[in-house]
Amino acid sequence: MSQTHREKLAAKFREFLAPENVVDQPTSLNTYESDGLSAYRQQPLLVLLPENIEQVQQVMRVCHEQRLPVVSRGAGTSLSGGALPHAEGVVLSLAKMNRILEIDHLSRLAVVEPGVRNLAISEAVKSLGLYYAPDPSSQIACTIGGNVAENAGGVHCLKYGLTLHNILALKLVSSEGEIFEIDQRSLQADGYDLLPLLVGSEGMLGIVVEVTVKLLPIPRCARVVMGVFDSVEKAGDSVASIIAEGIIPAGIEMMDNPAIRAAEDFVHADYPVEAEAILICELDGTEEEVLSQIELVEKVLKKGGATETRLARDEAERLLFWSGRKAAFPAVGRISPDYYCIDGTIPRKALSAVLSGVRELSEEYGLPVANVFHAGDGNLHPLILYDSNNEGELEKTEELGSKILQLCIHHGGTITGEHGVGVEKLGEMCVQFSETEREQFHAIRECFDPLKLLNPGKAIPTLARCAEFNAMHVHEGKLPFPELDRF
Amino acid sequence: MNSIDDVDIEGELTSQVISVAATGGEIEIIGGGSKRFYGESLEALPVDVSGHSGVIDYDPAELVITLRAGCKLSEIEALLAEQRQMFGFEPPCYGRDATIGGMVASGLAGPRRAFAGGIRDFVLGVKILDGHGEINQFGGRVIKNVAGFDVSRLMVGSLGTLGVILEVSIRVIPSYETELTLAFEHDSADKHVRWINELGSEPWPISASSWVAGRSLLRLSGSAQGVQYAADQLGGETAESCWDELKEQALDFFDDAQPLTRISLPPATTDQLGDIPQLIEWGGAQRWLCGEVDIPALRSMTEGIGGSVCAFRRHAADVAVFHPLQPAMLKLQRSIKSSFDPAGIFNPGRIYPGL
Repeated sequence: MSQTHREKLAAKFREFLAPENVVDQPTSLNTYESDGLSAYRQQPLLVLLPENIEQVQQVMRVCHEQRLPVVSRGAGTSLSGGALPHAEGVVLSLAKMNRILEIDHLSRLAVVEPGVRNLAISEAVKSLGLYYAPDPSSQIACTIGGNVAENAGGVHCLKYGLTLHNILALKLVSSEGEIFEIDQRSLQADGYDLLPLLVGSEGMLGIVVEVTVKLLPIPRCARVVMGVFDSVEKAGDSVASIIAEGIIPAGIEMMDNPAIRAAEDFVHADYPVEAEAILICELDGTEEEVLSQIELVEKVLKKGGATETRLARDEAERLLFWSGRKAAFPAVGRISPDYYCIDGTIPRKALSAVLSGVRELSEEYGLPVANVFHAGDGNLHPLILYDSNNEGELEKTEELGSKILQLCIHHGGTITGEHGVGVEKLGEMCVQFSETEREQFHAIRECFDPLKLLNPGKAIPTLARCAEFNAMHVHEGKLPFPELDRF
Repeated sequence: MNSIDDVDIEGELTSQVISVAATGGEIEIIGGGSKRFYGESLEALPVDVSGHSGVIDYDPAELVITLRAGCKLSEIEALLAEQRQMFGFEPPCYGRDATIGGMVASGLAGPRRAFAGGIRDFVLGVKILDGHGEINQFGGRVIKNVAGFDVSRLMVGSLGTLGVILEVSIRVIPSYETELTLAFEHDSADKHVRWINELGSEPWPISASSWVAGRSLLRLSGSAQGVQYAADQLGGETAESCWDELKEQALDFFDDAQPLTRISLPPATTDQLGDIPQLIEWGGAQRWLCGEVDIPALRSMTEGIGGSVCAFRRHAADVAVFHPLQPAMLKLQRSIKSSFDPAGIFNPGRIYPGL
């Protein structure tokens, strides 16, 4: 892309955006060349930072007229390359639209701009005794607009749901620059329910410019119990037993031995480093509710073969128990030059089969894997440890990651529980969905964005891309998992 | 393991759709027929899905059940109850033949909706037969899944206009140890609405609310200790449970000889409906009017405040059942319909003209 083309376009956008809100200098553009998946980099043509809805509309009208691809971006914390720029397109950063517009205590909702940080919502309503439930681990930094684009999850999904379950209304700007709204404050959709299509659509159906979130009362009481196990299977079965008792924990997390060791080295949470697995189970609600359930959970853990159970005595200890789990990613980052986070979901009953499969693959590739697991909802995060300075190791890591995801599909699961497809998992989408299913996705996209300008090349692979992926993954004339239907 | 018929007629349903599509015909998809009144009436060749029955997968510890669409809702609820589980959205049956496919297609939920979520919130995956005669699967059988656009949840409330729902995976929840109904007096609808929304700011274990003729009812669900504590704090009088009757519209309020209107409003809305006799549920979000009403006037009243009006049952044939969409939104929804069903063979016009 020539400098003059860039300059001409920048001038066009500066007709209605403040000069500093049009980024066109290569050194400044570099800030935007990747998101949380830093292995992928691409400098965009321009970065635009509109400050209000009207400006977003104007940007979209110009882009539509000029046929410019548009990649919307919040805080850039995506782990799947969802905000990776397009070489011939603009990055539309919503970071400057970061005001909380309205807090309605009686209706328990907040209307916010897309650039508001996830945690900032809970902080703003804390004095009212309310909070916003979804808590992705990047919640300090990630924005609500990005959460909507990815249908972000977190530790408390099993009880409180994903982003979708906590959104009441959305205002979007279409690829043609028109405003459209989905308002479900009345808990009713008129005609088709488009909210689930839009939430998690990875910026491909519209630009989110206003979000109405549901607020919940802060639970009066939260208690945590830790179960220590000498086998991953016993820990997994105990999760099933807790749920069979009719208990829905606020959070239930599992870590395997390598993850326990890494976390303990990092935060000194007094984790049992010899254990094969630990379960951290949190219950919340009224005090009466929680006290009756926590006793039952301890019993179930012991009956399920826990060698030890620990009940956090106070709030400080509760936070200590969580600190190791919450720091699991950076902890693994300390023991390895690089790590690569996988995001498959499996039916819980497949846990031991999948984990032993992961172990075998890890040995085959000679790359260690630590596992953390949102055990309640089956969302597995294997962390592959590698060193990008070793030639070919990133490619090997990606291949191992892809094998792990295909293993998840094979066991009735999915290739992404909460991180999104982005650019990272396009190939695996070809395994999970048939050609006609992928065609349906493309057809839906064209209903919203006929020119395919919004985040092109993400989330839904083209036919050609799948042909390429399948050709690459045919070994000795055999596809992996030949029993799966493909075409 | 269970007494639910295991009959797979996917092949027959597919050939029926393909042959109708080939001749330019139209299809009315029918399950148990219990919710056939819901939506605009239509005349097309009935295709009966109720014979497509069976539990494909149910492991209670996974909190997920996968069913063929023709399964009877009542039988599935009994199956779940054996495992002390249930559907969180408390779906109405409106007749003993109600099917799972009809439940999803209608998207109708009961008293627990405002507190536990709607069908949309619990559907995890679907298998559908589209207008090309293709069988496609979207979503899956796991709770967390963000691969691809969420087509499975789009099916909820689509009233059969996007395709034939063949199978559906639904998240289930544990049944509650204890449920208790409390009664309170509030002499106006607005007083009830303010009261129930103020209660919502506290983490009480509320699972349903209603108001009719000056009497508010509240249902508490949870552990015995938790429910008892909340009941002691909230006061009120212990009352008989009438939530099934509310869900099935069998309370005295629902007069079978009168038109029934559903008004959906942001829950805390007050000062809008005046003294019109109404039944309020869902924390104020869903209100029922029984009797003759001026639908266009109600529609213009609710439009500016995020509400909508459905001429739910027994209205004159020339009244649009669903709240009309803005032209741009109607155009978008028609294009979505066409992407599944380009020839418009499924339930044509059930929701809106062209939808």
